[in-house]
Amino acid sequence: MSNMIISNLPVLVVLLPLAGALFCPVISYFSRRAGRLTVIAFAGTSFVLSVVQLLRITDVGKISYHFGGWEPPFGIEFSLDSLSAVLLVLISGTGFVSTIYSLPFFRGKSRFRSFGYYSVLSLLICGLLGMTSTGDVFNLYVFLEITSLSGYALIAMGGDKGVLSSFRYLMIGTIGASFYLLGIAFIYGETGTLNMYDMSGLVGPVLSSGTTMVAMAFFVVGFGIKMALFPLHGWQPAAYTNAHPGAAPLIAGVMGKVPAYAMLRFFFYVFNANTQYVERFLVVVGIMSALGMIYGSLKAIRQTDFRSMLAYSSIAQIGYVGLGIAITGYYGLMGAVIHIIGHSMMKSCLFFCSGAIRYRYGETAMERFGQIYRKMPVTCAAIVIAALSMVGVPPLAGFFSKWYLALGAANMGEYIFIFVLVISSLLNAVYFFRLFENMFMNKNVADGSKGIGAYLAVKAEKKAERDSVPFKEMAATKEGYKGRLEIPPAMLFAVIVSALGIILAGLFNAQLVEILGPAIREVV
Amino acid sequence: MSETMLSGLLLSAVLIPAAAGIIILAVGNHVHRNVREAVTLLAAFAMATCVFSLVPAVLVGREASLTVMEIADGLTLSFKADSAGMIFACIASSLWVITSFYSIGYMRGHGEKNQTGYFAAFAGCLCGAMGVCFAADLLTFFIFYEILTVSTYPLVVHYRDSKGKYSGRKYLIYTLVSGQLFFAGMVYVYATCGTLAFTPGGFVDFAGSDKMLTLGIFLLMVSAGAVKAGVMPLHSWLPAAMVAPTPVSALLHAVAVVKAGAFCVIRLVCYTFGPEVLRECMGAEVLLWLAGVTVILSSLIAIQKTNLKARLAFSTVGQLSYIVMGVCLLTPAGMTGAMYHMVAHAFLKITLFMCAGAIFVTAHKADITEMRGIGRRMPVTMAAFTAASLGIAGLPFLPGFLSKMTIMEGARQAGQPVFVLILVASALLSLAYLIPVSYIAFAGTKVREEYLAYGPGNRGEASKLMLIPLLAALALAFVMGFFPDFGAHFYTFAKAAASSVYGGGI
Amino acid sequence: MDAVNIFLAEKGIYMLTVILFFLGMFGMAVCGNYMKKLICMNIMQVAVIFFFLCLGEKDGGTIPVAMEGAAGADDYVNPLPHALMLTAIVVSLGTSGVGLALLMRIKEKFGSIEEEDIIEKEKGEEADEQHDYQ
Repeated sequence: MSNMIISNLPVLVVLLPLAGALFCPVISYFSRRAGRLTVIAFAGTSFVLSVVQLLRITDVGKISYHFGGWEPPFGIEFSLDSLSAVLLVLISGTGFVSTIYSLPFFRGKSRFRSFGYYSVLSLLICGLLGMTSTGDVFNLYVFLEITSLSGYALIAMGGDKGVLSSFRYLMIGTIGASFYLLGIAFIYGETGTLNMYDMSGLVGPVLSSGTTMVAMAFFVVGFGIKMALFPLHGWQPAAYTNAHPGAAPLIAGVMGKVPAYAMLRFFFYVFNANTQYVERFLVVVGIMSALGMIYGSLKAIRQTDFRSMLAYSSIAQIGYVGLGIAITGYYGLMGAVIHIIGHSMMKSCLFFCSGAIRYRYGETAMERFGQIYRKMPVTCAAIVIAALSMVGVPPLAGFFSKWYLALGAANMGEYIFIFVLVISSLLNAVYFFRLFENMFMNKNVADGSKGIGAYLAVKAEKKAERDSVPFKEMAATKEGYKGRLEIPPAMLFAVIVSALGIILAGLFNAQLVEILGPAIREVV
Repeated sequence: MSETMLSGLLLSAVLIPAAAGIIILAVGNHVHRNVREAVTLLAAFAMATCVFSLVPAVLVGREASLTVMEIADGLTLSFKADSAGMIFACIASSLWVITSFYSIGYMRGHGEKNQTGYFAAFAGCLCGAMGVCFAADLLTFFIFYEILTVSTYPLVVHYRDSKGKYSGRKYLIYTLVSGQLFFAGMVYVYATCGTLAFTPGGFVDFAGSDKMLTLGIFLLMVSAGAVKAGVMPLHSWLPAAMVAPTPVSALLHAVAVVKAGAFCVIRLVCYTFGPEVLRECMGAEVLLWLAGVTVILSSLIAIQKTNLKARLAFSTVGQLSYIVMGVCLLTPAGMTGAMYHMVAHAFLKITLFMCAGAIFVTAHKADITEMRGIGRRMPVTMAAFTAASLGIAGLPFLPGFLSKMTIMEGARQAGQPVFVLILVASALLSLAYLIPVSYIAFAGTKVREEYLAYGPGNRGEASKLMLIPLLAALALAFVMGFFPDFGAHFYTFAKAAASSVYGGGI
Repeated sequence: MDAVNIFLAEKGIYMLTVILFFLGMFGMAVCGNYMKKLICMNIMQVAVIFFFLCLGEKDGGTIPVAMEGAAGADDYVNPLPHALMLTAIVVSLGTSGVGLALLMRIKEKFGSIEEEDIIEKEKGEEADEQHDYQ
C-alpha cells in the first residue's frame, strides 16, 4: 500500500484536491460542514504528501511519472525536481491554510454557495499544483486554464465589483492563454514534440529560426499577462482587490507566481538560456520587470484601500522574480525562486490579515485603521512582520531574496538592477510605514515644526483627519463577530502560520538554497 | 572559562534583550507594570553580567566566537567578541541598566502612554546594539543594524502625534536609504572579495580596480554609519528625533543608536576596507574633513538653540564627529582616542540628557531661557549637569580629556595639525554653549519668581528614580577620569583594538 | 504571379488564421458590448484551433483511421493536433461558459452589459461601498 502511494506520489499530490472538488458537492448535499471539511482534508493530505515527496526528491533526485505507462515523449509526463517539489509544498501548504481560513466566511451560508466556493478553491489548488508538476507543454496549458477558470470564479464571488473585474480578467487572461497556445503551436511545428525534456534536446538547432523567436515572444506575452508583469498587468489590481477575501491570499500570493515559475522553466530548462537568442528576450523581461518594480511601488503609494495597495505592490514584487530571471546566473535564478517562495508567504499573510480585518470590521480603507492594534494585536503583529519583510528588513524572507538577487546582479555585472532593487524597496518602505502610521498612531495635532515638508505633512494630516472617522466596531458580517479571540480561530491559525512562515523562510533560507541548488545548478 | 561557555555568554548577550522585548510585548499589557519593569531590569542586569563576564577572557586575547547558523548561502550568522566590540558592548549594557531605572522614573513621573511598547522597543534596540557589537562579519552586522533601525522607529514616534510622525518619517528616510546603500555596497564587496568577515586591518582588495570605484563603494557603505553618527550633512534626523521622550533621547544619543553609527564607521574603516586602501583612495580623507566641519558647525548651531534638548542634540552631532574624525585620521593614536571617546561621551552625554529629562519632568521646563535660577530648586541635578558639561568640554580628570588628548596625538601622528586646532576650538565652543546653562541656572539675580520659593530645606528635586541613575552615570564618568581602565578596562581595550589594526603599540 | 501563388499555397492558410486571430483581438479591444467581446474572444480561440489543425495537415494524407491501402505514417495526417484541439475546444467552451455566467450576473447587477453604462454605474457606486460578498 505504502509502496503504491510512494510510486504514485506525483499524481496523488495533484489529484487529491481535484477529488476534493468533486466530492465536496456530493457530501455537501448531506452536510455543508462535512463538505467543507472534505476539501480541507484532501488539501491537507495533498500537503502532507507533497512534503513526503520533497523529502524523497532530496534523497533520490529527480522523479519522472509516466501517465498510463506511456514512455515520454509519447505519453504525458510529470517531471519533478527539487525546484518544483519545493513549489508544490508551498502551493499545497498555502492552499491548505486558505481552505481553513475560508471557513468562517461560510458559516451559515447556503449550501450552494458553500460547496461552490470550496469546490472551485480546491480546483484552483489542483490547477496550480498541476502547472508546477507537469513536464508537458500542452498539459501545462490545460492546467493553466483550470487555474484561470477557477480564478475567474473565485474573483467573481467577491461581490459586484468582483464580477466585473473577473469578466475583464477573463478577457485578458484568455488572450494570454491563447498566446501561449499559439506559442506551443509554433514550437511544436519546429520540433514536433510536446515534452519539455525532449524539446530541450531538439530545440537547439532551430533556436535561431524565426519561428522559434516568435514562439518565445508569444510565451513572454502569455506568461507576462498571467503573472501580471508590467505593462501587461492591467487586469490585476482590480482582480486582486475584489476577489473573495477567503481566496484572495491564494490568488494574490500564489496564482501570479506559478506562471512566473513556468516562464523560468521555459527559458532555462526548455530553451537554453545561454545562447544569444534567448538573452534578447531576457533583456526585454528585465526591462519590463525593472519598470514594473518602480511603477507598481509608485502606484501602491497612491492607494488608499489596503487591498489595492497590496495588489499594486504585487506588480512590483513580481518584477523581482522577472528580474531574477533576467539576471540569469546561479544567484539570479536562486533569488527569483526564493522570492517566489518568500513573496507568496508575505502576500498571503497580508491578504489573510486584510481579510481578517474586513471580516471583523468591514473595513479596507487604510486611513480608518487607526488604533486597530488595540483590538487585533496578533493580526497587526503579522502585518508588521510581513510588511517589514516586504521592505527587506533582515532577517526576514524578503531580505534574503533581495540579497540573492543583488548578489546575482553583482556577479553578472548588472549594477543597474541593484540600483532598481534599492529604489523599489525604499518605495515599499514608504507605503508600508505609512500603513504603520495609520495603524498605530491616533489623532493628529497640528504643530509648529519648520520647513515645507512639515507644512505639507501637517496639511495632509489635517485632511486625513477630516476624512477619517474614529475607528469604531462595526459588524461587517451579518451576524457580527462575537468571539473570545480577536478573529475566529481558523483565521487566526492562517495569520499566525503565514507570519511564522515568513520568519522561518528567512532564517532557514540557506537550507532552502541547499535543496534548490542541484535543480538550478543544472541549467547555469 | 571554557570556549563553550564564552560562546554561550556571547549568544545570551544578544538573545536576552530580544527575549525580553518579546515577553514585554506579549504580556506587558496584561500584568502589573511592576512585573513588566522587572522583566526589563532583570534583562538589563543579566545582559550586563554576560557582557562583563566576557571582559577577562577578551582582555587576555582570547576571542570568544560563535557561529550560530548558516544564514545565507555560504555566509554564516556569527558573533565574535574582540576588543573594539567589547568597548561598545560594555557601554551599552552598563548604560542600559542605568537608563532602565531612569526610564521607569521618567515614564511614571510623566505619566506616559504606550509604556509597554516603549520598553519592548527599548529592549529591541539593545538587541540590535548587542548584535552590532559582536557581529563577526558584515552580513551579521547589517542584520542587527537594520533591527536597530527598525526598533528605534517606535521610540522616535512615541507620542504618535503629527510632530512625532514627521520626525519618524525623517528618521526613516535617512536611516533606511543609507541602510540600502550599505546593502548595495556590501553586495559588491561580497561579489568581489568572496568574504565578509571582519579582519583587523581590512580585507577588501579590489585588485586592479579603479580608485574612484573603491572610493564610491566606501562612501556608499559608510553613509550608513555617517547617518547614524550624525555627520553633516546627514545629521538632520537627529535633532528632529528630539521629540521623543528624554530617556529615548538619552538612548539614541548616548547608548545605542548614534554609537552604533560611529561603531559602523570604525568597523568599515579599520576592519573592512583597512587603512591602506582608504589612504590610497582618499576615502578617509573625505570623511575626515566632513567630520572636522561638523565639529565646528554643530557647536556654532548649538549656541543658537534655546531648547535644552536641541542644544544637547547638536552637541552630540559634534561629539560624534570626534569619533569619526579620530578613526579617519588613520593613525593608531587616533583610533585609540576615538574608541575611548565613545566611552567618555556615552557616560557624560547620558548624564546631561538625564538632567534635561529630570528638569522637564520635575519643573516642566524645556527652554533654557525659562531656567533662570532653577539651580535653587534642583541643585543636585544642575551640579551634575555642570560637572558633565565640563567633562564634555574636556576638562582634565574627566574622561573627555584623555580621549581628546589621544585624538590630538593621532592628528599629530597623521601630520594634520589643523585638526588639533579644530579640537581645541571645539572644546572652547562646547564650553560656550554648555556653561551658560549652568550660569543661568545658578544665577543670583533676576531669578524667576517660581524658583524663589525654593531654598535650603525646601527643595523640589527630581525623584530618586531619576536622580540616582543620573548621579551613578556621572560617578562612573568621574572614576574613569582618574582611572581610565576602571571596570571594563576601556582604555586597554581601545589600545588593543588599535594595535590589532595597525600592528604594534601606539 | 508565381511567387504570390507559391506563397499563398505554402503559407496562405497560416496568414488567414493569423488575420482571424488578430481580428478577434481587435474586436475584443474595440467592442463596447460585453457580449460582442465574448464572441470576439471565441473567434480568437477558433483561430488558434485552426492554426493547430493546419499544422497537422499533410499533402496526400488521409484521416488517421487505420485502413487498407495506407501503408505508413506518411499516408495519414498528424492526429496529435486534432487530439490537442479537442481539449482546447473543451477549454474554450468552459471559458465561454464562465464568461456567459459572469455576463448574466453583470446584467443582473448593473442592468446593462454596455461598457460605458457600467463604468458610469461603477463611479456612482464607489461612494457607497458594499460589504456584502457572497
